[in-house]
Amino acid sequence: MSKRIGTPLLKLNKVSKVFAGYRALDEVSLEVYPGQVLCLLGDNGAGKSTLIKVLAGFHEATTGTLELNGEVTAFKSPKDASQAGIATVHQFGGTFPLMSIGRSFFVGAEPTKGKGILRRFDKKFANETAVREMQALGITRVTDGDRLIGALSGGERQAAAIARAVHFGANVLILDEPTAALGVKEAAHVLRIVMQARNRGVAVILVTHNVSHALTVGDHFAVLIHGAKADDFAKGERTREQITDLMAGGEAMAELEKELNTLTGSVEKIN
Amino acid sequence: MSKTSSNPATTQKSAVTKLRDLTRRPEIGALAGTVIVYVFFSIFGGKEFTALGGLSAWANTAAELLIIALPVGLLMIAGEFDLSVGSVVAGSSVTLALISGYWGLPLWVGIIAALCLGLISGFLNGLMVTKTKVPSFIVTLAMQFGLAGLTLGSVRLITQTTSISLAEESIFKEMFGGKFANQFENAIFWAIAAALLVAWILQVSPYGNWIFALGGDIISARAAGVQVEKTKIALFMATGFGASLVGVIQATLYNGTSTSGGQSFVFNSVIAVVIGGVVLTGGYGSVVGIVLGTCTFAIVNQGVYYTGWDSDWAALILGILLLAAVLMNNTFRRLALSGGKKEVKKNV
Repeated sequence: MSKRIGTPLLKLNKVSKVFAGYRALDEVSLEVYPGQVLCLLGDNGAGKSTLIKVLAGFHEATTGTLELNGEVTAFKSPKDASQAGIATVHQFGGTFPLMSIGRSFFVGAEPTKGKGILRRFDKKFANETAVREMQALGITRVTDGDRLIGALSGGERQAAAIARAVHFGANVLILDEPTAALGVKEAAHVLRIVMQARNRGVAVILVTHNVSHALTVGDHFAVLIHGAKADDFAKGERTREQITDLMAGGEAMAELEKELNTLTGSVEKIN
Repeated sequence: MSKTSSNPATTQKSAVTKLRDLTRRPEIGALAGTVIVYVFFSIFGGKEFTALGGLSAWANTAAELLIIALPVGLLMIAGEFDLSVGSVVAGSSVTLALISGYWGLPLWVGIIAALCLGLISGFLNGLMVTKTKVPSFIVTLAMQFGLAGLTLGSVRLITQTTSISLAEESIFKEMFGGKFANQFENAIFWAIAAALLVAWILQVSPYGNWIFALGGDIISARAAGVQVEKTKIALFMATGFGASLVGVIQATLYNGTSTSGGQSFVFNSVIAVVIGGVVLTGGYGSVVGIVLGTCTFAIVNQGVYYTGWDSDWAALILGILLLAAVLMNNTFRRLALSGGKKEVKKNV
């Protein structure tokens, strides 16, 4: 398959991040390609959050470099990253529960009409655009841009945030645990939206600890353990069991199973 | 496609939906509060309360409070507090009285200096909150005490008293401290101008979106490109300016000042804003609500004198109103947030 050809959109070269002597990221190298979903897997505290914060400009890497379209860059602030087309969507959509859909869609990039002292927020345009972009991602239940974000379901909030990122021309979309707080149906819907973004040529970085969700949409996978990259593989190169074992720390999992077996009797015995 | 069937729902809201949307607006609770207390005092306060005299009493109180409550409300929507407004009122009226009363400089010099004091203290509040990340509750409380001490200390040092008179007559005195129709303060015009300006900023200008976003989710707001520090500092400067404007109004109205004036504005402004439906944790509120909340406060505050009861009862009523307002705000917010799910059933 034509998976890893051309220049990566975003490339990490041995990036480390040290917080007051604690090594949260240890020489992680990654490549992100347009139209692909890169799944970032790892247990809690493995360094996933730190990694995406480096990508989104919230933290600067202590050592190592970041390449954007083959050129070395440094993000000094989240603004630098978003100007480079990198958008982050957090677990709860990163939206404002008590703001209207239209208003929250355009926070920081308010559409205006009129000039000079009469320059004013274009609410009609904001509401219509937000509703249209959400409907384009399959959220047809949303028809009123004046409705509060807090009145939407978890999946719809995610959709609103993803629609926003895509609308503002994000070419790298970082999704931080988008399905963690959702039910099965809604999670499936969000994954479908992820695939739609991917098909539009967006590079998606999906952070998750749900192996099933990752396997459903992922093209490439990276597993983090204690801040270091433990494995890096393309779709179909590992089985679900191998990935789960790796995430849980491999041997540790086997040991835990053994220990549980002594308490409950082995699996064969029960069967 | 299903376009034709979904269009009516998209473009035209049914009368029921419109009515329900209206009941879910944050101002409705505030309006109910204002109407209830007005009717209450119309009954127990008699004709005098509803006559011009009664109207001017609460309108004057409301006007001065509103000039401070509006920017305090904006700041609260953005998720911050300002408890220093009391000392800024006192400090700026003392500054004006010192410069134009004690030292005899022209009134306009004193007025500009007083307003600058408000802007500077607001700037310092904003700078400290954004740079140190110490909660604004503490920063502005420190400013409240620090500035009160500074004002009292300097006045005693310079004049050996704690009250200064301001006798000069000029057009500026009329502008800020004058009255119209015998009993209405010109502060009412300043309050109306302030309400229009703040309504424009919050609900019409693009910056209003930033203020809501700051109080809603500051991390997302920053990530979306909102200039968090600048916006916050500007808002603190606005509360400082509003407080110093009231300081100027009081000093010119009463022809002088004492160092202890204005302290009641600290809590009164918060009460008025909360009764007006602004959420304490930020992200929600409206100018109409703040205006109504301020009127409610002023009606109770002044109305009690017309009933012939002891004025102590006003504080009790305000306490109950405050609690009721917060409970009601929570209910209205829950209703607004639950809007999505019921919609499906009703439209089908």
